Amino acid sequence: MKEKTLEVCGLTVCIPTEKGVIRPVNDVSLEVPAGSIVGIVGESGCGKSMTARAVMGLLRSPAKVTGGSVFLCGREITSLPEKERRNLRGAEISMIFQEPMTSLNPVMKVGSQVAEAIRLHTACSREEAKARTLEIFREVEIPEPESRFSCYPHQLSGGLRQRVMIAMAMVCKPKLLIADEPTTALDVTVEAQILNLLERLRDAGTSVLIISHNLGVIAKVCDYVYVMYAGRIVEQAETKALFDRPEHPYTRGLFRSVTSLREGCETLETIPGVVPNLLRLPAGCSFSLRCGQCTENCRQNIPELLETEPGRKVRCFLMGKEGAE
Amino acid sequence: MLRTKRKQAEQVSDLLLQSQLGEEERFGDLMRRMARENKTAVISFFLIILMILAAVFAPYLTPYKENDMDLLHRLSPPSAEHLLGTDEGGRDVLTRLLYGARVSLLIGVVPALLSLILGAVLGVAAGYKGGLTDAVIMRLADVTLAFPSMLLAMVIMYALGDGILNVFLTLTLVNWANVARVVRSQTLKLKNCEFVEAARIIGVSRDRIMRRHILPNCLPTLLVMFTLNVPASILTESSLSFLGLGIKPPNASWGLMINTGRQYLYNAPWLCFAPGAAIMLIVLAFNFLGNGLLDVLDPRLKKQ
Repeated sequence: MKEKTLEVCGLTVCIPTEKGVIRPVNDVSLEVPAGSIVGIVGESGCGKSMTARAVMGLLRSPAKVTGGSVFLCGREITSLPEKERRNLRGAEISMIFQEPMTSLNPVMKVGSQVAEAIRLHTACSREEAKARTLEIFREVEIPEPESRFSCYPHQLSGGLRQRVMIAMAMVCKPKLLIADEPTTALDVTVEAQILNLLERLRDAGTSVLIISHNLGVIAKVCDYVYVMYAGRIVEQAETKALFDRPEHPYTRGLFRSVTSLREGCETLETIPGVVPNLLRLPAGCSFSLRCGQCTENCRQNIPELLETEPGRKVRCFLMGKEGAE
Repeated sequence: MLRTKRKQAEQVSDLLLQSQLGEEERFGDLMRRMARENKTAVISFFLIILMILAAVFAPYLTPYKENDMDLLHRLSPPSAEHLLGTDEGGRDVLTRLLYGARVSLLIGVVPALLSLILGAVLGVAAGYKGGLTDAVIMRLADVTLAFPSMLLAMVIMYALGDGILNVFLTLTLVNWANVARVVRSQTLKLKNCEFVEAARIIGVSRDRIMRRHILPNCLPTLLVMFTLNVPASILTESSLSFLGLGIKPPNASWGLMINTGRQYLYNAPWLCFAPGAAIMLIVLAFNFLGNGLLDVLDPRLKKQ
């Protein structure tokens, strides 16, 4: 059994609103084994980023973690006081965003921003911090690190900024990196480079949790995938198994709506409808409104996340019966 | 030769302004861009420099002393000896104008700077921390802004008594609220930016985020507010001195000079005219400079 870098048990996030309490993250359990890349996929608004924020301890009020626990390397972190959590951030657990354009301070030199991360978590002099910054710039393959050190963010391209972001997140060698849509704003060639970079980070000992709606990204780098829908995990499996035989109707719908370069596919299929309003979730399975194979049972009762085979769980009543598709 | 000298001067002013501008744009670039877009602002800038130099080197510019009376030549009109004439005590008006510039410029700059610092600190704290801190600071600002500023200044001045330090204090207390409001709204905008989030992710503390990430991003606004606050302070001080609440004679300040000159308005109009023109010039110069800076800095940072 491999050691787990991150283990999330029954995490629930609540946002009280005037019309009632909504749960953007509802009883989510997931784990990231050491030295692996794990992905979370789902449509916009299904709770992926909320999960990441909850793990980081960066939920914006009024959103609150109301249940469950998060273990980082076996240590419970949701109950830690804010100051200790702050010390964990950047040092043990770190995160990068989708928008490299706005995630760097426009009036600070990028080098100083990375050096700030070092000086926060280790006692070292300005020169040492600078030396380590240049070192990490080289590691994330920023060309001419010396001259880039004193650039302002607006002088760098999107890909370079994302590299700076990664450098900033990685410079203290955290055990876990959460990448929230790390390549969405980048073009495909840069995307591939960034993904390679993440793989190399994984090989260097950092576990990565990738959040994406891009199945291509997930297929390329992830070892294990969680599929989220309306705040819940609906399917989880190893990447290959999931892509070979998606079992949950939602996962299958997702795969059908991927654009492909291959010829011969005429119409792009879509999943009809949108993610339901979290205030008015159906009584039964939250996907029942959009599911083609929905039964009366699906409308009335919420299915459990059940293991269909070793290492694979699906939240669907249809899985008990054979002959889905 | 000239070019290297200019380059040196540029480097020096670069260094000076880098600390003010939060290293975001080189001072030389800024001035060049302003020169292209707004000539008045550049002229105003040099006028202000000229006035500051004149105030600093006042003793070398006139042969007279600030408070030297010459009762034989009271109220004499402008002449070759006394370029701007003399006042009711036979003192040289130009001399008093130059010495008065020290007081007036100091009173323009120091309270503007103090209220800027106070307003920026409170504004950032209110905007970033929110909740009770925000409520307390902003209600204080509201109360300050609810009074007519002149009235408020007079009341505070009356309570504190005169003296230049009290003038500083009064003007700071009157002007901070405007700055705080503007900075707070900027902070509210900045605090939702992703780079602030990114800073939190690498574990930067709240205080440090306010200091290192939010405040520097407010600097362009603060710079503009500064240039607009300076003339406001100068005017308020002039009014206070005119009303007898600011600087006391025999010290010279421009407002005070107008106040004493008022009695001789028909016989010796130059007594009022010279300091009046000086106030107008400096206030206009600062306003033009402020507007110029606003134009250059406002299209959110640079067009490249």
